[in-house]
Amino acid sequence: MIRRIFLSAAFAFTSFLFTSLAHALDPATVAKLISGESDDQVAAVAALVASGDERAIVLLQALSDGNVQVAGRQVLIVKGDAAVNAMTGARVSPLPGGLEDVGVNNRLRRELESGIAALQLISSDRATRLAAIKELGANANDAMLPLVSKALAKETDPDIKAQLEMIAAAMELKGGTKESRIAALKKLAASNNPNTKTLLLGVLEKGAEADEDVRRTAETSLRSVEGRLAWASRAGLLFSGISLGSILLLAALGLAITYGLMGVINMAHGELIMIGAYTTYVVQNLFRAYAPGAFDWYLALAVPASFAVAGAVGMVLERSVIRWLYGRPLETLLATWGISLMLIQGVRTLFGAQNVQVENPAFMSGGIEIFTGVVFPYSRIVIIAFAATVLVGMAVLLNRTRLGLFVRAVTQNRKMAACVGVRTARVDTWAFGLGSGLAGLAGCALSQIGNVGPDLGQSYIVDSFLVVVFGGVGQLVGTVYAALGLGLANKLLESWAGAVLAKIAVLVFIVIFIQKKPSGLFALKGRAVES
Amino acid sequence: MKRRSFCKTLALSAALLAAGAGCLGAGAADKVVKVGVLHSLSGTMAISETVLKDVALMTFDEINAKGGVMGYKIEATVVDPASNWPLFAEKARGLLTQDKVAVVFGCWTSVSRKSVLPVFEELNGLLFYPVQYEGEELSKNVFYTGAAPNQQAIPAVEYLMSKEGGGAKRWVLLGTDYVYPRTTNKILRAFLKSKGVADKDIDEKYTPFGHSDYQTIVADIKKFAAGGKTAVVSTINGDSNVPFYKELGNQGLKATDVPVVAFSVGEEELRGVDTKPLVGHLAAWNYFMSLKNPVNDAWKKQWTAYAKAKKLPGADKPLTNDPMEATYIGIHMWKQAVEKAKSFDADKVIAAMAGQSFAAPDGFTIKMDEKNHHLHKPVFIGEVKADGQFNVVWKTKGPIRAQPWSPFIAGNDKKKDEPETAAPAAAAPKK
Repeated sequence: MIRRIFLSAAFAFTSFLFTSLAHALDPATVAKLISGESDDQVAAVAALVASGDERAIVLLQALSDGNVQVAGRQVLIVKGDAAVNAMTGARVSPLPGGLEDVGVNNRLRRELESGIAALQLISSDRATRLAAIKELGANANDAMLPLVSKALAKETDPDIKAQLEMIAAAMELKGGTKESRIAALKKLAASNNPNTKTLLLGVLEKGAEADEDVRRTAETSLRSVEGRLAWASRAGLLFSGISLGSILLLAALGLAITYGLMGVINMAHGELIMIGAYTTYVVQNLFRAYAPGAFDWYLALAVPASFAVAGAVGMVLERSVIRWLYGRPLETLLATWGISLMLIQGVRTLFGAQNVQVENPAFMSGGIEIFTGVVFPYSRIVIIAFAATVLVGMAVLLNRTRLGLFVRAVTQNRKMAACVGVRTARVDTWAFGLGSGLAGLAGCALSQIGNVGPDLGQSYIVDSFLVVVFGGVGQLVGTVYAALGLGLANKLLESWAGAVLAKIAVLVFIVIFIQKKPSGLFALKGRAVES
Repeated sequence: MKRRSFCKTLALSAALLAAGAGCLGAGAADKVVKVGVLHSLSGTMAISETVLKDVALMTFDEINAKGGVMGYKIEATVVDPASNWPLFAEKARGLLTQDKVAVVFGCWTSVSRKSVLPVFEELNGLLFYPVQYEGEELSKNVFYTGAAPNQQAIPAVEYLMSKEGGGAKRWVLLGTDYVYPRTTNKILRAFLKSKGVADKDIDEKYTPFGHSDYQTIVADIKKFAAGGKTAVVSTINGDSNVPFYKELGNQGLKATDVPVVAFSVGEEELRGVDTKPLVGHLAAWNYFMSLKNPVNDAWKKQWTAYAKAKKLPGADKPLTNDPMEATYIGIHMWKQAVEKAKSFDADKVIAAMAGQSFAAPDGFTIKMDEKNHHLHKPVFIGEVKADGQFNVVWKTKGPIRAQPWSPFIAGNDKKKDEPETAAPAAAAPKK
């Protein structure tokens, strides 16, 4: 008896499930979505979105993620080994043979994304709604107006409501009376979305809008939107300038010590950067092999490791070669250049001539959207912060520690320092090691944004010397100003004249500048200057 | 076996082999033909060119295992011109004059091809060039097994203009600063104008080789895209593509908003990039690894086995791509032409190349044009998938004929669709 009740209950439940699903997803629509021509597919997405069904969201999302597969007439949503029938929601196991992916092209993907976003407008989660609004932007099509109106009526959050109104206004622009269109245009004037500009330009296109009042309102709105967008793009430019400046600073800081303070023309500086980058690569591989779970944290070990390895290589170089050549700049130049070739070839033999792949930790990909359309990538932000930290660390080291005191003493007056008992030779070694270690840190940072190959250093050695010379030899403050100044100038020129001309213009500027002011931005003054 | 008797056996079998060669070939005493491989194995182009060297060596092994070319065993001389254009010419001269190779397979960038071209014409050598390029060239001594603009660039742009491809109205033409991107963009600009696109809707941008900071460029693309439906045509070459695509991903420029179609980015170039944010960006080629046909399946299997056996870098995830396929086709066609001509002599092989055909991994039987030294190739447009492979969204019905002289460049209608004949060719190339 109990068993019978149980059975009938189960039966009632399954039949309920089936009836509720049968009217949920229309098999003809799904078939059109999966195997129709692309126009049919787009129509099917619109139909599914209009139905507003939960299961439709699941199917559309799976399609957009590339998780939908077909076997004969069965449409499955496959995740790993588990599969669910898209129509009925029933689990399918084992997986049938002959599964084929359902390909999605950009056109369909665009429809899918805005369709899903429209369906998510009424989600109970605030973050989901915000994301949906962002996705929808000005891409919403007219068929979604009922969904947007429905969401607008339900919405209580003032922030989201304002953005929804913007979307609704963009939709009304396409139809509606003259008054409603003018009202919509006025609302759009407050937008900071580049898509709005596209929309307004569309209104202003020849023959698109007959009514003079509407055109005039559109022009006013366009001006105010463009003004806002111009500020956003200026902010973006400033950021990329600072970002390039921070990279130049990192690359040049080590040289500011070895060349600026110690006077060694170190042509192998670029290769010390490269060694730092390769150390990062090795540490990354060790983490991948022995601690894949902690992979995201490999940089925590890579930073000290690259400092230590490059520093050690630098100290060995100083002890074995460079210290015999103090005071003979030409020989130093040739010797270090030879060393740089040896280091390149050594790395090429060890790791191969091809670039190696250094993967970013997950937290460093993506970016933060400051204004609509202006994204500051996390990797760049991290590097700017890193450069600032290194700079502060070095300032403290030079000005607050005993080693820093000795380094300053030896560079200002070697003989006097020796007289009062400073072991100048040892200080030289430590200072050179410090400069080389800083180059290693630069390599670690560069590995996160650029390519890591044996030639990596070659592209930074010229920039590093430029920064140090431009800033004034022997002046750390000068290096900072020069790096940021060159970074900003390069980026400003690049957006104005293109990357190739910008590079040339910066070089020409520096040549002229050095001729006028040979000692750089911040010249050393006073008795400390050696003749 | 005693040493002496072993030597005897060896000598005997060598004699037997030589006798065999006498029957098959031209009666040469040693059974070896030297061929050159001229690809950058270091520098900015190594990312793309190293695998071409490997696939060439694999193909030589394959041919040698089946008895060689006319019974001659192929012996490869591999040189590294190190992404240094003048060095290409130097190495090419070395291959032709010192190593005396019968044929050279090599070059990727057009600037390297332009650099070796006078050498091949002067010494009457034979070069197989496996990469898509800008056209505007036709040399008797070169066979072009990659695509001409009408087999890659023009169909890709037409696709992006269509409703299916997003109906782009504004265009960013972004490239590395050298001859291939500049010429391609000249052709594309003329083509776009013929389709009614105004100059203000085309933005041409160039970056130096090895450029690694694409922040402003991506920001500029975004700004430009606010003016209407925009597509980007990228002719960036070499390892700059990695920072470019990383920046696209980081700045969230999605393919559904602004699709980027690339002509020099394939499976191999995307190896080091997180492709999840890049889904939907496009590439146009004459071959994709994801093509499903029996020839391709067998070829991929052969490559995987070779990469594993030789422990090539990246053997854990073996990839094939279009220039690799073009290299493979080129070597096989050269073998067929040699066997047809019954000689390794350049002039005879060049004559025998006309009309050669080969069942290629792209699923078609590819033909070498009778006249213009280019292959008839099918065109595929693919969208990047999350796993770094391409999903073909458009293709031609079959192979199409190459137009090395693009009709979109003024004066080309008067140029002949075949290399100049011997007399003027000898005088022409000296610059």
